[in-house]
Amino acid sequence: MEDRLTVSSSPHIRDKANTQRIMIDVVIALLPATFAGVYFFGTRVLLVVMVSILSCVVSEYLSRRIMKRSNTISDFSAVVTGLLLALNLPPTVPLWVAAVGSAIAIVVIKQLFGGLGQNFVNPALGARIILMISYPGFMTNWVKPGVDAVSAAASGVDAISSATPLQIMKYGASIADLPSYGELFWGNIMGCLGETSAAALLIGAVYLFARKIISPEIPFAFIGTTALFTWIFGGTTLFTGDFLFHVLAGGLLLGAIYMATDYATSPMTVKGRIIMGIGCGLLTGIIRLFTNYTEGVSFAIVLMNIMVPLIDRYTIPKSFGGEKAVA
Amino acid sequence: MFVKRFFKGGTNVPHYKNTANCETVKMGVPEKVIIPMIQHIGAPCEPCVQKGDTVKVGQIIGDSGKFISAPVHSSVSGTVVGVAPMLQSGGFYVPAVEIETDGKQEVYEGIKPPKYSNIKEFIEAIRQSGLVGLGGAGFPAHVKLSPPPDKKIDTLVINGAECEPFITSDYREIIENSWNVISGINIVMEILNINNVIIGIEDNKPEAIEVMERIDKSSDKISVVKLKSRYPQGAEKMLIYATTRRKVPAGKLPADVGVIVMNVNSVSFISEYVKTGMPLIKKRVTVDGPSVKNPGNVEVLIGTPIHKVFDFCGGFTVPPKKVLMGGPMMGLAQYSLDLSVVKHTNALLAFDDKSSKIPESGACIRCGRCVWACPMNLMPLCLYNNAIKENIDELNKYHVNDCIECGCCSYVCPAKINLVQSLRLGKAKVKQAAAAKGGK
Repeated sequence: MEDRLTVSSSPHIRDKANTQRIMIDVVIALLPATFAGVYFFGTRVLLVVMVSILSCVVSEYLSRRIMKRSNTISDFSAVVTGLLLALNLPPTVPLWVAAVGSAIAIVVIKQLFGGLGQNFVNPALGARIILMISYPGFMTNWVKPGVDAVSAAASGVDAISSATPLQIMKYGASIADLPSYGELFWGNIMGCLGETSAAALLIGAVYLFARKIISPEIPFAFIGTTALFTWIFGGTTLFTGDFLFHVLAGGLLLGAIYMATDYATSPMTVKGRIIMGIGCGLLTGIIRLFTNYTEGVSFAIVLMNIMVPLIDRYTIPKSFGGEKAVA
Repeated sequence: MFVKRFFKGGTNVPHYKNTANCETVKMGVPEKVIIPMIQHIGAPCEPCVQKGDTVKVGQIIGDSGKFISAPVHSSVSGTVVGVAPMLQSGGFYVPAVEIETDGKQEVYEGIKPPKYSNIKEFIEAIRQSGLVGLGGAGFPAHVKLSPPPDKKIDTLVINGAECEPFITSDYREIIENSWNVISGINIVMEILNINNVIIGIEDNKPEAIEVMERIDKSSDKISVVKLKSRYPQGAEKMLIYATTRRKVPAGKLPADVGVIVMNVNSVSFISEYVKTGMPLIKKRVTVDGPSVKNPGNVEVLIGTPIHKVFDFCGGFTVPPKKVLMGGPMMGLAQYSLDLSVVKHTNALLAFDDKSSKIPESGACIRCGRCVWACPMNLMPLCLYNNAIKENIDELNKYHVNDCIECGCCSYVCPAKINLVQSLRLGKAKVKQAAAAKGGK
């Protein structure tokens, strides 16, 4: 038996890329945003991140084990989910809320639907929405950058609570309270711990593009559509909206670059991805401008996630030299 | 006329053209050859010799009445010691003629340069030569050269892309026998009345491009196109698109867009055959891979057992765990070293234990890399899902039959899913279902 030859189907060589490496690349791309969070909101941010990641990994391990499935924590996808969820939480969030959210993301949204690649919405975003509905107080308790988040958390829910730029834009007394573009770009504003610094998020984006982990269709279509929509409808008259503000404020960059591009919940064809991006952009614009919510990125992405099977269905590409399939 | 051209999709594979500078070495006559009766796409031949017969070099030992087939000749002189079914690595049995050689290599009396005065006679002569597409697929050449009368062929594309890693057999032909290549092209041009010839070569073979360029200057009908090195550049449909910007419609043949594609080795053979009348009995084979002691290019008589060829190259440094006939992207893994070199064998690769490990498949993360890489613009992962569920309607909807099995999808898949393998299964299931439907 020893000297038997292996007979297998071609190809007999494989590319070096693997799932684990892709996930690690996403983690690397998120590091600048994580450090920006630490810089602006203090070392407690690290604790939130660590609790989220740990809770995700443990949840993944235990749920796979209980379901008698293979152990998949080594693919690093749980780490990515944990990190993304943490970056979508306010700096003051109680650690147990982060842990509960992570468990929901992994167990309910990911593993119960079949595990990696089978989740119908982005696990981190799905969990974030569940947390927002379950713990609206904790989830909207913002602090000013530079204020120690530990003491803020300790001193009671409403102590230092203040408004995010989008809240000021919508409900604020005076435009003068709005942060400058510079503050928005560098991240010296209130918000979730990973979404404030546009600069850090863009550095990560460049890395992801360079490593060909994500393709540009979704981020560009998403951000472009949001910009266009808020420019047209965001002002007191048509075509006077402050689109740059809308691009830099809130979770748009984090969502468009890191969440809407989630493989499992985005279309695979160029055409499908453009549709997805435009859909996300439109929904974000509508929610931000015409509803009681100030921020709509999470909802927009999750709603479009649900549309993905339908988009895929209607964008089956024409094969090379072939006729277009009738869907 | 010196442009880089490409097609959509595909992938960058490592080149491993270690043997590019290895001049072809002739291997001697083995004590025994085993010549299978199918060495082409189409109907197998019926053996026309029996045990005990003496045969000579170039003598027909198997033929078929079917149009899509090609006769098989003896590559040696000697005695037939057996005609028995033999399991081929494709998974089917065909009769194979086993000949004990006498070492004299006496040439069969009937061998003389073919005489032809029109297309019909030329094509019959090509059939008699046993020529099949030497690029790897082995499609009978006389079939390729006889398009239906309503299809006007205006372009001959010469395939020198050689996009598979390791293989340098086409490259060596261009370097060593450039004159044969060009005179073969001229013969085909003249007889088929084609006025436009494009030679496509990947840009990782600058010397070959240079040689062909020099000859290109001799005629305004011939041009050389430098192609981007990107797998599968040498696939017929991709090559036609890259060189002529014509798209072969799904399910159609190159002739439908007025093109015939021939491998450099095939046209070179035609030139040699017209001169001597000696049918296809030998083949240049690239012998390489981590297990091979002295990699190189070897001219091998058809029917030579694989292990003899490896022995000729100094044997193995470490015992091989996987032996391929053809390149690593589309080549066929062989179950035994006793199988023979056939007409369209362009490489024999031996991989050691480490390089023949089959990676474990993980869950599909829907990254879409297979979709970007597919040169046929298919969605391999959707085909994969439907192939394992045997969902015939869905397989057709995702155009399973357009798959050219190039292997790009499996190559790029980060989860190491055996995509192309399942797509082959899907194609077979669709065929089966169609047959069952037709039978009712």
